[in-house]
Amino acid sequence: MQVKKLFAKQETLVALTLFGLCLVIGFINPVFWTAGNWFDLARSATVTGIFAIGVLIVLISGGIDVSFTAIAVFAMYTTTVLLKDAQYTGGMWLFFVIAALIGLGLGLINAFFIARFRLPTLIVTLGTQSMFRGFLLFVIGSKIIRDIPPGMADYSKAFLFTVTDDRGVTVGLHSAVLWLVAIAILAFVILRYTMLGRGIYALGGSREAAERAGFNIARTQVFIYAFVGVLAGIAGMIYGGLNRQANAQDIVGQELDVIAATVLGGASIMGGRGSVIGTLLGVMLVVVMSNSLVLMGIPATWQRVVVGAIIIIGTAVPALRTLRRQRRSVNVEPETLAPVGGRT
Amino acid sequence: MTSQETARQSAAPWVRLVVRDGNLLRLFIACVLIFVVMTLLRPEVFPTVENFRSMGSQFPEVGVLAVAIMIAMLTGGIDLSVVSIANLSGVLAALFIRTFIPAEASDVQVVIGLIGAVVIAFAVGMLCGLLNGLLVARVNLTPILATLGTMTLYTGITVVITRGNAVFAENRLTFIGNTYLFGVIPIPMLIFAVVVAVFSVILNRTAFGLKLYLIGTNEKAARFSGIDVPRTLIGAYVLSGLLAAVVAMIFLGRNNSAKWDFAPSYVLQAILVAVLAGVNPAGGSGRLLGIVLAILALQFVSTGLNMLLLAVSGGQFFKEFAWGALLLIIMVINYFSERRK
Amino acid sequence: MGSPIAFALAVQPFLSLTNISKSYAGVRALEDVSLTVYPGEIHCLVGENGSGKSTLIKIIAGVVQPDAGQIVINGKTMHRLHPIDAIREGIQVIYQDFSLFPNLTVAENIAINHELSRQKRWVNWREVREIARQAMRKINIQLDLDATVSEIPVADKQLVAICRALLQNAKLIIMDEATTALTEREIRSLFDVIHNVQRENVAVLFVSHKLDEVLEIADKALIIRNGKVVLDVDARELDRSKLTYYMTGRNIEETVYEWQGDSDKPPLLEVRHLSSRGNFEDVTFQLHAGEILGVTGLLGSGRTELALALFGAIPIDAGEIALDGQPIVLRSIQDAITHRIGYVPEDRLTEGLFLESSVGNNILARVLDGLKGSGQLLDRALMKATTQEWIGRLSIKAPHAELPVKSLSGGNQQRVVLAKWLASKPRVLILNGPTMGVDVGSKMELHEIIKQLAREGLGVIIISDDVPELMQTCNRILLMRRGRIVEHFDRRQITEMDLTQRLVAV
Repeated sequence: MQVKKLFAKQETLVALTLFGLCLVIGFINPVFWTAGNWFDLARSATVTGIFAIGVLIVLISGGIDVSFTAIAVFAMYTTTVLLKDAQYTGGMWLFFVIAALIGLGLGLINAFFIARFRLPTLIVTLGTQSMFRGFLLFVIGSKIIRDIPPGMADYSKAFLFTVTDDRGVTVGLHSAVLWLVAIAILAFVILRYTMLGRGIYALGGSREAAERAGFNIARTQVFIYAFVGVLAGIAGMIYGGLNRQANAQDIVGQELDVIAATVLGGASIMGGRGSVIGTLLGVMLVVVMSNSLVLMGIPATWQRVVVGAIIIIGTAVPALRTLRRQRRSVNVEPETLAPVGGRT
Repeated sequence: MTSQETARQSAAPWVRLVVRDGNLLRLFIACVLIFVVMTLLRPEVFPTVENFRSMGSQFPEVGVLAVAIMIAMLTGGIDLSVVSIANLSGVLAALFIRTFIPAEASDVQVVIGLIGAVVIAFAVGMLCGLLNGLLVARVNLTPILATLGTMTLYTGITVVITRGNAVFAENRLTFIGNTYLFGVIPIPMLIFAVVVAVFSVILNRTAFGLKLYLIGTNEKAARFSGIDVPRTLIGAYVLSGLLAAVVAMIFLGRNNSAKWDFAPSYVLQAILVAVLAGVNPAGGSGRLLGIVLAILALQFVSTGLNMLLLAVSGGQFFKEFAWGALLLIIMVINYFSERRK
Repeated sequence: MGSPIAFALAVQPFLSLTNISKSYAGVRALEDVSLTVYPGEIHCLVGENGSGKSTLIKIIAGVVQPDAGQIVINGKTMHRLHPIDAIREGIQVIYQDFSLFPNLTVAENIAINHELSRQKRWVNWREVREIARQAMRKINIQLDLDATVSEIPVADKQLVAICRALLQNAKLIIMDEATTALTEREIRSLFDVIHNVQRENVAVLFVSHKLDEVLEIADKALIIRNGKVVLDVDARELDRSKLTYYMTGRNIEETVYEWQGDSDKPPLLEVRHLSSRGNFEDVTFQLHAGEILGVTGLLGSGRTELALALFGAIPIDAGEIALDGQPIVLRSIQDAITHRIGYVPEDRLTEGLFLESSVGNNILARVLDGLKGSGQLLDRALMKATTQEWIGRLSIKAPHAELPVKSLSGGNQQRVVLAKWLASKPRVLILNGPTMGVDVGSKMELHEIIKQLAREGLGVIIISDDVPELMQTCNRILLMRRGRIVEHFDRRQITEMDLTQRLVAV
């Protein structure tokens, strides 16, 4: 029973697929298992991973957020402009602080519309995405800044450690991955071990029941969207740092891809279900798949086809399974004739 | 019957609709208000033939996409793949034109070639819609997920076919972008008008259209009423795909080329228009008249702001801000008017 | 069962309501209702739908304020009772939907309110499980703590809700129509649990309209009708007929249905050895044109599943169905419709109606394809005529066919659902719980409509566990138990009492 339950979980399925995929890719091209490749994968997964954790929290609460990319680029670009104008020459930490604060502010705007007027989250974040991006491009600026402050420029080389491989190429694991690890642990603890986190699950499971139980829905929602704003601000800043430039027209457009990866990792788009581990697995699956096509000798142009196919198959399999279960009973409990379970 | 009611009864049907429906009324007022304000602020450029031509060529793309989104939304679903379908069918149509219409083709050859291109585009659009419909209706995938997946898939196929490059249509379709009926009405606007006319008949006067509304209102009851829900849903997504292919023709007409990453932001813009139009994202209600009013309001806002902010750098981006703001303002007003009831 | 009456004399009541009245927009919902509940007492609140039961519950829970009257809880007079006060005083309501979190585990569902009310910030999972385990021990039940609530049976969900209520230091648990979705066996276990709750000196206010349950579980019963108390007695003084009399306000006398046809003629519908795995087995019966056949049984007996299978909505594994002697195959609802078999579902609101749509569209939903005029377009004149025809024939009281159907009363809504099917001119019509949630007057009128339809040659199958209804409308009745037809009655050869006894016999 326990084993069966484990296999019924989307997380397990994704983990197994990921594992199998790694074996296959490694078999076709051993380069896959080199440190350099894995450092690359980690680097690619960092920003998407942080976004995805934000998306996860929103999805669990029964909402959907498409504005986080706009928040990210807004925070990143504005921070860069601010500190460039201030001729700041210090370290990267101040960038993160300011970007997180901007993210917080924009997240609170989302929270205000969602919690105060009870508007559908998709519609609110559609509107704010448009507003944030429009405001950024119109008021703050729209040109690509390549001449970034030194602290930010140095960040792209902030490796945790480096390894020199046998061909003499030095590769490093970027420290940004620490952000992902820290945020993942934080999100895990909040979701699993705090009443706030359980309130997020409760809200996604049944809003009405959550209200009756005495959860403060508005406060929970304010937390969710503020937290996602902060995450987006940080992720945006990492994105800018890794790319050594601030492009105001970047990032927006990726939101649906991030949502797809999160759902692939087992989060339910209807709310109430999802885990940090699953989300990280979903992101890794997409990243490994798209980064390794070339290693497998498949032209890079196939990347999207493969990712699209993964999403469709990855969601169709559990859907078909539920469908088969439901077909036999249209509106009655499946256990109608079965004995009533374990009562003394 | 009071005299006021008699007046309402005798008015044109669309007037009655606008008066009865609070959201439509607000949109209508917004449209008129923005138009008047812009006319007063920029009398020399806003109410001109030039400006009408330019506005009339701009809004139909998102307008037609919004109709596509509305069709899916009426059933309680959504179609995120419309732009990727438009790009795929645009690319294939352009490839067809390049391959089968020689440079020195006669007029007859050109016409036959173009018809072929349109047929290809429409067929591809409907085929993509069919896959969406099957995933939603037969596999029982949540529409948002199904079309998220196919969006990536269709975009991917386009990338594979074109190796990521733009495909040019040899100026064969550019007449769509630069011909004006009676010197005023751009062809894209005509296409939009035809789409609205055809779909208002489909939605209001056919059994299929009514079934879409009923399914969106209560899918279970629809099934228990003997409505073939899967088939109707598949029909909805096929139509949505077909409309995406229509948009592909407008794209080709205006840009003379198609590319995999063209206009990704149109998806969310089209959803924004549909929601602003009062289409219920949960399904069951929404009117084409709302789409027309919403897209006009947004176009007036964008054009007006462009004119006002011409001198300001990045002025063209202000419209994005204004669109989002308009959506939120209308939603908040709706919230308060709901509560008053 | 202890003797709560004797016990009560020595103790002050937990709750006493005196002369409570409440009106909504001029309509009297409750008038001069008084109710006293002692600790550890099982009190039944009995009444038909619309009698004022739910208003009374809401007043006790503090959700609705009475216009007049006094509420005393634990000897304290509550001048204005807020929901939070009611909870603090130990009043817990278990609503019909249980208010559980389908995505969370049993343990968490039980403990979450408790944790919340202790204003905890962190979750200690070991503690959560311990709390849940203790709550279950109190009423002597055992559930899988790690099961997700969406995957457990309704009966278990109810137990989870009871455990949760007990943890809130409940002194009075109000159970609103607690047995509606339960099978007979589950009802038994629930009653055991309620007795366990009683042993914890917690009072239970059991709201129901099912007579047998009331007779079985209650220490005391309060019967209300049209917002007034008609009887407040010790349950031992009650019997079935007395209860029926007080509930409905009359000894129901309705005309019965006499079928005039010839049972030697070939049947309209014939079902032989029909089985659907896990749902029902080896079902055989015949239905003649003009007959009204009742299929009864308790929840979980397979009665609804049989109806759904005949409507093509759930798969059939074995057996044959013949219409007019011709074998037919029912693989989908579309198949059933092709053979002109109609089905009026049990749950009007979720399965029968398009609530936000107009009365007209609801009536026409089934026949849209037949309303085409020239080309593929709908013929508007025909649509209007059809709508008006059925509004007229079933006397649907709707000011306007364009109004959303949700603005109509329950009885009129049910007529709309009927009209939807009748418009398609079915030959066999299956009605599942045709008068559920309909007031008494409307109920009789609906019965008359159904009888008239049968007289016109329609074959009708009524699925119901409402015995009086079956006796008044059907000419034959099948009794199902555990997915099989166990008995077959001619209505003339059985009394209401007999049928009731056989229905509930295990």
